[in-house]
This record gives sequence, structure tokens and C-alpha cells, in this order.
Amino acid sequence: MSCREIADFILAYLNHELSAAQSREFERHLAICPACVRYIDSYNKTVQLGKAAWLETPATEPVPDALVRAILEARKAK
Amino acid sequence: MPDSHGSEAGGARLVARLRAGDDAAFEQLVRENGPVLLRVARGFLRNEADAGDALQDAFISIFRGIAQYNFQSSLESWMRRIVINSSLMKIRARARRPEAAIDDLLPKFVEDGHHAIEPRAWTETAESLVERAELRAAVRAAIDRLPQTYRTVLLLRDIEELDTDEAARVLDVSPGTVKVRLHRARQALRTLLDAMINKPEGSRS
Repeated sequence: MSCREIADFILAYLNHELSAAQSREFERHLAICPACVRYIDSYNKTVQLGKAAWLETPATEPVPDALVRAILEARKAK
Repeated sequence: MPDSHGSEAGGARLVARLRAGDDAAFEQLVRENGPVLLRVARGFLRNEADAGDALQDAFISIFRGIAQYNFQSSLESWMRRIVINSSLMKIRARARRPEAAIDDLLPKFVEDGHHAIEPRAWTETAESLVERAELRAAVRAAIDRLPQTYRTVLLLRDIEELDTDEAARVLDVSPGTVKVRLHRARQALRTLLDAMINKPEGSRS
């Protein structure tokens, strides 16, 4: 497996969707390729960081009053 | 995710009042859950007016559907799904605009399959990276920069935690398409974050 294929197969590997033989090849490549190990590490951190950054921002802004009124009026109009 | 109605019993009481058509209960629902739900809509729709419309459509569906709500998921996650759907409907209804390509943000390889640019190490742990407020803001901005198709899948899978099949269903695409888009979205986001995390020497404050 080449570095290009490793990059292509990361998601399938993480989802356990590779065959046993493919998984072994994937891991054999990682054993000898620090560049791909670094790539996968940063890929995993990206996922964690994306989620944490998005969700750890509290939704403190209230809904604009005009919108609240529009929503409540729309309910009555139905 | 904590339920904004505190206890389960409190949630059940609110649902009972909603089903009875209690005006004050509807207002409470909108005021208490509106901020979180509006943020979900804003995530999918980068335009404030569209996000407001999607929220309004979602609340109409919530008011109508409250009789069918079956308590299998928390009220908040049930409402989140409805907001996701109304946001996706807005995206679909919009005139299709040509999408920015994502290729520039994907990793490059040379002829023999090696990385064209050696990936650099991210030495900090994810936990310590998350603690940096300026980086959190930059991550959100980077997610916003992803082309819409990819951003939508990333939000559905990694943020809202729909599984592949659910995401495929709400997007009306195949599970394979969801996987390809998710992988590219993560790779692109990684490229954007790499530039922030591995700033050239001396430029880090």
C-alpha cells in the first residue's frame, strides 16, 4: 500500500470496513511510515477538535424577539 | 447532552402542556430551546435569514408533531432532528450555485504514491488544543469555509452524530457518497487546521 492509498482508506480502516488482508497491509505500511502515522494522528485530532470546538461554544445568544413572535404567530395562523 | 428542561419529569410535564395547546408552554419551548436550535440551523445555513426561516419551519413541525413525539429520544434531540431536516430543505430549495472545489484542500501525492508534502506532527493532544479559545474560534471558521456539500456531511456525522445510513437518508444520497464526502471534508478540515496548528516558527504568539 502507498501513502496515497493509506490516505484514501483511513475512514474505511477506522470504520473496520477493510478486509483482514487489507487491514494487515494498512498496518504494515504504518509500521514503516512515520509520515502516514502523523497524518492519521492529525486526522483523528481534526475530528475531535472539530466536534469539541463546535459544541463547546455555548448557545447563549437569545433568539431575536421578532423571530420568537413570528414563530408563535405562525402557530396560531395554522 | 443535558436536557434544558432539567428532569425527565419536567420534560414530560412540558410535553403534556404542549399537547393541551397551552400557549405559555409553546412560548417557553421557543425561548428555552430556540438558542440551541437556532445554532444548529445557523451551522447548516450560513445566512441569518435562512436560519431564522428554517427555525420557524421547524417549530411549526414541532408544534404539529408534538402529539407523535414518543419519548424515545430526549425532547431536545427530537427537536434537533427536525431543525436539521428543515435546514436541509432550505439548502435544497435554494438555487444551486456552483460549488467551490475541495481538491485544493486534499492531500497531494507524487507519482510513486508518497506524500508530496510530508505531514507534520501535531505534537499537542486534542484536549490541549481544544483548550485554546482562539483555536476553537478558528476551527469553527474553518468548518464554515468548507464547501457546502462537505460541510453539511461533516456537521451531520461528526457534530450531530447521525450514523452513515441516517445521514444518507436525510440527504437522499447513497451511504457510499456520505462516506466519501465525510472523508474529504475531514481531510480538507485537517489541511486548514494544519496551517493554524503548525504556524511557521516565530509567528506563534
